[in-house]
Amino acid sequence: MVQAIVREEQQTKQEMKVLQNQPRENVYETNNLNLWYGDKHALKDINLNIQENNVTAIIGPSGCGKSTYLKTLNRMVELVPSVRTTGEINYRQRNILDKGYSVEELRTKVGMVFQKPNPFPKSIYDNIAYGPRIHGIKNKKVLDQIVEQSLRGAAIWDEVKDRLHDNAYGLSGGQQQRICIARCLAIEPDVILMDEPTSALDPISTLKVEELVQELKENYSIIIVTHNMQQAARISDKTAFFLNGEVIEFDATDKIFSNPSDKRTEDYVSGRFG
Amino acid sequence: MVSQKREKSLDVQQMIADKKNKGLGRKAEKLVPTILFITAAVSVLTTIGIVFTLIFETIEFFRRVSFWEYITGTEWLPFAGEPSYGILPLVLGTLKVTGIAIVVAVPLGLAVAIYLSEFASDKVRRVIKPILEVLAGVPTIVYGFFALTFVTPMLQKIFPSLEIFNALSPGLIIGLMILPTIASLSEDALSSVPNAMREGALGLGSTKLEVALKIILPAALSGVLASVVLAMSRAIGETMIVSLAGGSTPLFNFDVTGSIQTMTAYIVQVSTGDAGYGTTIYYSIYAVGFTLFIFTLIMNLIASWISKRFREEY
Repeated sequence: MVQAIVREEQQTKQEMKVLQNQPRENVYETNNLNLWYGDKHALKDINLNIQENNVTAIIGPSGCGKSTYLKTLNRMVELVPSVRTTGEINYRQRNILDKGYSVEELRTKVGMVFQKPNPFPKSIYDNIAYGPRIHGIKNKKVLDQIVEQSLRGAAIWDEVKDRLHDNAYGLSGGQQQRICIARCLAIEPDVILMDEPTSALDPISTLKVEELVQELKENYSIIIVTHNMQQAARISDKTAFFLNGEVIEFDATDKIFSNPSDKRTEDYVSGRFG
Repeated sequence: MVSQKREKSLDVQQMIADKKNKGLGRKAEKLVPTILFITAAVSVLTTIGIVFTLIFETIEFFRRVSFWEYITGTEWLPFAGEPSYGILPLVLGTLKVTGIAIVVAVPLGLAVAIYLSEFASDKVRRVIKPILEVLAGVPTIVYGFFALTFVTPMLQKIFPSLEIFNALSPGLIIGLMILPTIASLSEDALSSVPNAMREGALGLGSTKLEVALKIILPAALSGVLASVVLAMSRAIGETMIVSLAGGSTPLFNFDVTGSIQTMTAYIVQVSTGDAGYGTTIYYSIYAVGFTLFIFTLIMNLIASWISKRFREEY
């Protein structure tokens, strides 16, 4: 509820800025980020500012560090035992790499959708209600409302409204992925990180998720890692091209795909490698 | 071209054909399944044999003692001048010990399993798991005299009214004995829940404990419950510990501080005593053994029902 109020305030600010033609605020400011897996230098001097209420795509060949970077934004990367970082990532002006920054707090603000749909082995309802419940929302009526609102938000309400208490694993892959998006929306995060969310889906489901991303950017800042360059071109406002752990180019998506400044970007987006 | 090449190189196809027709290869191919079938049949036949022996001797017992008296009687006095064969005191003795064991083993075993699967580092896990398995490998006779000569005296300092033979001490020790079963099997069930579940839950801002209790444990419930039921059937069938530390007084009450007798301990008492072949007492151990068999059979059925009923798809 508090988050909803904060969100409303942010939205009003946002509207005012649009009216006054001010630049959007940055949700993330990454300064000189380096990351190692053991001895492997996976991210090298990353400097990247990500604006709110935008879709930011991260593209690049396999092993270029794009997923690693995404997972650093909600510190999911720390699940790998031997990981080490230097530099800073400021999320809304606070450095999330500070030891004092609570990961639970960060991940409550920054939701994540994974490559393979990973609903919990519970009912559809319980999947969506899980997030609000662990954050202390127990009231049945409120939960009902959140579940409906989130499923509508993820454009899957009509498909599942009659079987909310069935196991989520009875759904198709594409539906499961939208359940995972709804699960993420249920705690009304500020940012949604998406790690190749359509790579395990068929073309029609992919289209649905892409349309959804377009709708969601009204209210959320979305950062999406994708292997699919057409997808990045279709849905994103800005695109970052990663190669060998470095950011080669970061610019408006139109520019990246029509008139890139760097030769390597041009080679990649025109399909010459990767 | 092709024929030229063939002449130059080794004729591998020909070598394979030669090898196949010679040697044991072909015969073994036919013989081995037969041998394996016989091996499997031996274990099945043994089981059938045991069950039939139990059934025949039990029928003989019920020719002498009424079935109704047996299952409802509250006095088990086979050695009295006027013997009475009511199984309930023995069943109650077994249930008391099993109950105490489960109360000890389930919370501790689950705690160990959750710790090992969700919190412990690889290093810690590599040290603790083998130690747990050692605990499972201790001979039960050792547990038995440990209960009698160490645990009971200790407990007597806390509860002075505790008798030398009682249900509490062997119950606690059986709990300790079945703890590794619960911990190890539950740990397997918990750690086979895919990591994607953990990531999904952590990504929503859950703490590790919330992930363990609200996502991983429910997802692994079938394996966890099956481990508990399996441990229970081991507790029910446990013999040495209760024979040594439980006593041999079958009483129909709910007191855990006094001497008891379990079904297994009664069988030991008669088998090692001098009851003659063909006496009612002799047949009674088959009836008790059959009862015990029914109990563990029910436990196994429950276990397999649970693992089907609560199987989580992921």
